[in-house]
Amino acid sequence: MKVLVPIKRVVDYNVKVRVKADNSGVDLANVKMAMNPFCEIAVEEAVRLKEKGVVTEIVAVSIGPKAAQEQLRTAMALGADRSILVETDEEVQPLGIAKALKAIVDEEKPELVILGKQAIDGDNNQTGQMLAALAGMPQGTFASEVNVADGKVKVTREIDGGLQTVELSLPAVVTTDLRLNEPRYASLPNIMKAKKKPLDVKTPADLGVDLTPRVTTEKVEMPPERSAGVKVGSVDELVDKLKNEAKVI
Amino acid sequence: MSVLVYAEHDNATLNKVTLSVVAAAKEIGGDITVLVAGKGCGAVAEAAAKVDGVSKVLCADNDAYEHQLAENIADLVVELAGDYSHILAAATTTGKNFAPRVAALLDAPQISEISDVVDGDTFKRPIYAGNAIATVKCADAKKVLTVRGTSFDGVAEEGGSASVESVDVVKDAGISSFVGEELAKSDRPELTSADIVISGGRGMGNGDNFEILYKVADKLGAAVGASRAAVDAGFVPNDMQVGQTGKIVAPNLYIAVGISGAIQHLAGMKDSKVIVAINKDEEAPIFQVADYGLVADLFEAVPELDSKL
Ligand SMILES: Cc1cc2nc3c(=O)[nH]c(=O)nc-3n(C[C@H](O)[C@H](O)[C@H](O)COP(=O)(O)OP(=O)(O)OC[C@H]3O[C@@H](n4cnc5c(N)ncnc54)[C@H](O)[C@@H]3O)c2cc1C
Ligand SMILES: Nc1ncnc2c1ncn2[C@@H]1O[C@H](COP(=O)(O)O)[C@@H](O)[C@H]1O
Repeated sequence: MKVLVPIKRVVDYNVKVRVKADNSGVDLANVKMAMNPFCEIAVEEAVRLKEKGVVTEIVAVSIGPKAAQEQLRTAMALGADRSILVETDEEVQPLGIAKALKAIVDEEKPELVILGKQAIDGDNNQTGQMLAALAGMPQGTFASEVNVADGKVKVTREIDGGLQTVELSLPAVVTTDLRLNEPRYASLPNIMKAKKKPLDVKTPADLGVDLTPRVTTEKVEMPPERSAGVKVGSVDELVDKLKNEAKVI
Repeated sequence: MSVLVYAEHDNATLNKVTLSVVAAAKEIGGDITVLVAGKGCGAVAEAAAKVDGVSKVLCADNDAYEHQLAENIADLVVELAGDYSHILAAATTTGKNFAPRVAALLDAPQISEISDVVDGDTFKRPIYAGNAIATVKCADAKKVLTVRGTSFDGVAEEGGSASVESVDVVKDAGISSFVGEELAKSDRPELTSADIVISGGRGMGNGDNFEILYKVADKLGAAVGASRAAVDAGFVPNDMQVGQTGKIVAPNLYIAVGISGAIQHLAGMKDSKVIVAINKDEEAPIFQVADYGLVADLFEAVPELDSKL
């Protein structure tokens, strides 16, 4: 069975981004970029399914700038067999990404698509669900456990009240939560091997989809800054401050 | 303008977050219709009809909606989407699950986790783990929005007198089924709506040690949360996670115990009114957002706090 893993190049999760002085966006110049952490988990899950013999081929795909080739190479070093870059320097929003992925799904016909639940730049948490809708597939979002058996996939989902398990017919979309697995590191030999794996570059026009953004960003601001308060010297002082100064207990 | 609000519930009671979604709908303007989809959810529909500002309640009561499977719910909402200019759901795991499906099927954009309504086309939302706030605009005739509950004061539970209409549309996509669930049971207040939250992190050491937080929580009537590290280490279940990718809380008082203050954690609690941090490392970043910081070993400070409340 073939698995498609869409991955996004984003700001490294350790970076605290800064808003540009003209409020047009966040400053991404010279900022460390990486594969979205939830996408790393998606790649890892696909690789584990391949190691279990459930999956035969893993195709990684990214929509973004030329530099996203780095993240696709990383995915291949981690175990993806080949990858596709839909190259564009324009901003593409989740609905557009989902349409592009739908076109790739039509070509590749994967039985499973594993995405991250959320990209940590836009924090949208939309793409997997949108792709599932466009492709007419069921979805198992926020997965903490995935089991493929008998032509179905069972997904345990992290929900607000606890855990929920659903069973989906294949083909299906799964989006990953943090607890699904702990991604491995790419070994040096695998990084070398990944350089020789196929990386196909396409354009949005090749896919025949309209990726024009439908939402415009008017401005981007700093959140209200919280300033550090005081250090208290003892539990007694803390209780006193909470009772008599903050009046919250 | 007219707004369709998807009600959050467990087939028995209307979740309070819906009151915040209705508040956002009111700011957008126009008539507000609330959709209650579930099984045996009549009481929820009755409760929704009393909510201030609601003009109509649609009740879709059917087996197909019992577990709010995204595939079925999305098809139902699309069928009912008619002339509504805005379709709103709470940014909970339920809303986040089905709303993007609705948007895609309607070829409408979704704006996730709005924290402010500027006007009917313009909204604010946090991005990059809340390190920036974007003002976004969308002129499409139809849009899907999810609403951050903690950013809107809920409307009154009583005061409305909407009519309840039953909807007999049955959408069963037949591609997904519910297998089971493990829901956390707790007598403590719900994390996202509690007035006081006390959370533990990796510093708690293990799950048993959370007992000292539960004791304090019970004295204060607080909910108990956790950092992702505490969840990942298996100390506590995932539904207790506060943060960028967990629950967003904004109580009057947030007490962080043995939590370092990673940006992903701060994203989920920095809108709290008063923040207390208890950590033995005086350099811990959590102190940069804490109103009251106590540099101490939590295994001494928390039991002492318990004894002095
Ligand atoms: C994509 C992504 C999403 C994430 N989402 C979230 C999220 O939603 N929520 C979240 O919380 N995290 C999230 N994280 C994880 C986050 O980056 C941090 O790893 C996590 O918040 C750290 O948890 P912690 O503060 O409990 O642990 P640590 O950083 O290990 O801190 C433990 C603290 O406990 C203190 N301590 C230890 N022993 C004691 C003692 N005896 N007394 C007092 N203090 C003590 C230490 O000084 C230290 O400051 C995410 C990470 C990624 C990559
Ligand atoms: N530009 C992109 N290219 C490939 N996959 C993407 C892209 N953007 C988002 N995704 C996928 O969709 C998931 C959720 O992203 P989002 O809906 O933007 O929060 C990510 O974790 C990726 O798996």
